[in-house]
Amino acid sequence: MFLAPAAAILAIALLYPIGYMIYASFLDWNPSQRIGEADWVGMRNYLKLLNDAAFWESTWVTVRFASIVVTLEMIFGVGLAMILDRNLRGMSILRTIFILPMMIAPIVVGLMWRYMYHPQVGIFNRTLKSLGFDTIPFLSESNWAFASVIIADIWQWTPFIFILSLAALQSLPQSAIEASRIDGASGWQQVLYIKLPLMLPVLIVTVLLRLIDAFKVLEVILVMTNGGPGLSTEVLALRISRTASEFRELGEAAAMSNALLFLLMLLTVIMFGYTKLQEKRAAKLRQAAQEEI
Amino acid sequence: MPKIELTNLQKSYGAVSVIDGLNLTMEDGEFTVLVGPSGCGKSTTLRMIAGLETVTGGEIRIGGRDVTHLEPKERDLALVFQDYALYPHMNVAKNMSFALRLARYDKSKINSRVNEVAEMLGLTEYLNRKPAELSGGQRQRVAMGRALVRDASTFLFDEPLSNLDAKLRAQMRAELALMSKRIQKNMVYVTHDQVEAMTLGDRIVVMKSGKIMQVGTPEELYRSPANLFVAGFIGSPTMNFLDGELFEENGRLFAKGNGFALPLPDKRKAELATHTGRKIIIGLRPGNFFMGNGENALELPIILSEYIGAQSVLMSELGGQTITIEVSSEAPIPSGAPMEFLIEEEGIHLFDSKTEEAL
Repeated sequence: MFLAPAAAILAIALLYPIGYMIYASFLDWNPSQRIGEADWVGMRNYLKLLNDAAFWESTWVTVRFASIVVTLEMIFGVGLAMILDRNLRGMSILRTIFILPMMIAPIVVGLMWRYMYHPQVGIFNRTLKSLGFDTIPFLSESNWAFASVIIADIWQWTPFIFILSLAALQSLPQSAIEASRIDGASGWQQVLYIKLPLMLPVLIVTVLLRLIDAFKVLEVILVMTNGGPGLSTEVLALRISRTASEFRELGEAAAMSNALLFLLMLLTVIMFGYTKLQEKRAAKLRQAAQEEI
Repeated sequence: MPKIELTNLQKSYGAVSVIDGLNLTMEDGEFTVLVGPSGCGKSTTLRMIAGLETVTGGEIRIGGRDVTHLEPKERDLALVFQDYALYPHMNVAKNMSFALRLARYDKSKINSRVNEVAEMLGLTEYLNRKPAELSGGQRQRVAMGRALVRDASTFLFDEPLSNLDAKLRAQMRAELALMSKRIQKNMVYVTHDQVEAMTLGDRIVVMKSGKIMQVGTPEELYRSPANLFVAGFIGSPTMNFLDGELFEENGRLFAKGNGFALPLPDKRKAELATHTGRKIIIGLRPGNFFMGNGENALELPIILSEYIGAQSVLMSELGGQTITIEVSSEAPIPSGAPMEFLIEEEGIHLFDSKTEEAL
């Protein structure tokens, strides 16, 4: 009964847009039409997607992009956290500097990197030229463009993983780490056998959060390459936005969105399942300990 | 089993000095207890011996070898932590064998060693459990087991019993005493509990504010405390302290307080002669009072009587100050009516009221 207002708000704020999108994915809908005027086409949009090579290419680009950036960000983020997890003077300032990229609006990040990658005036190519090397087609060659957007994303999002890992590291039981030093563990062995296993629950949630985010990446790539050259950096979100605004196929765009949504839901379910598993295990442990007393 | 020597050991955090020039030798196979109130530097000292805390100045030698700046693993010692410090993600067997696995021991040797220690500590049926599935006492045992498996030359204990409830603590204390007899290793034990110190230690080091107040066997500390602090710290209930002065009458020396005078043994006359007429602090152990009458008996009011079985702890008043008396009692002693008490001569401790050193 008391949940009624909350349920109503939830229904309007959450379910209405999603329901609208699902409904729209069954329509042949042009932006100049009102939704009521659009024709019902059943599964046609979805069937079209299945046979749309460009859509599959975008999906593949997205999956590659997400898995590469998240893997590299995890390595750099966790590594940085391990290195900076100590009490040296000025460390708090250093940590603050490290998390700055995350606070910049993605559009600005995109613009910034686009200028840095610029073939003539960009800092990278100017430096290369002044050192006597050939310039690199950062944004105009497919493989380089893909690598370039990955670098920009890593630059922006490694701090996110860094912060969470650092928090996880600093909440580890200090005495367990000291005990491992007494037991003869070297620095690497402490990381491998004690720190990483104890951080694992946080790391898994971090990976899933970052994956969900990486699958939705749009602004930085939109500004930097707008999906080009060719389709080499056209991630799903970009494809969706282009389908809706350039190709004026709202129904198809909605169907794509649903496909992406489904993918993300899958990740969320994995995350949810994982948290549930953790809770269950913790409850079991607690119970076992209590029976003992 | 090496001897541990601390020479002019110092530790400071910035400008704050925590340990100030500590000199201490712990003999082979001895159970040494560092005891003192919170913040006296006992844990810091232990952690410096373990190598977990950097040394600001001075030297630590184990078995003649300078280990002052060595990593913990190069010192051949095991440490039992106050919060047990078990590895939460490993089961009991893995916890106990971690050091051996790091040292790349034979699998069969690791297993036999772990099983042997687990049997000794009654942990055999819990070997596959994670620490979170164990009770406090069992975790404590695992922590001990992890230290024992190592077969290190020196065992360090950092308040290992303080997270247990009173009953379990007494039980573990007894087990620990038995274990230390059996394995005959060098042990250094830190505690703030003087009962633990007295029952476990071969030798006790009483510390205060980063300095050693006295080193001695439990009996030495109890019978002849070197200063007011040790006198007040060791013994339960705590010693009574009364202001007074020394004076001589008819060839006998007395410790005189407000409204009472206690005769002192003649054998102490010579050493105390120079202090005659000076202000002193008289220390009386509650346990050195006994009921009886005679020439030197004191008639003391019984303000409160606490009957705890074989003993009664009485609250009384002497020289305008509240004092505690502990006497054996078969039946509860009624409060209200005054009673007569005698004091054993050896139970009278005298301290210089300025330096607080024992006279």
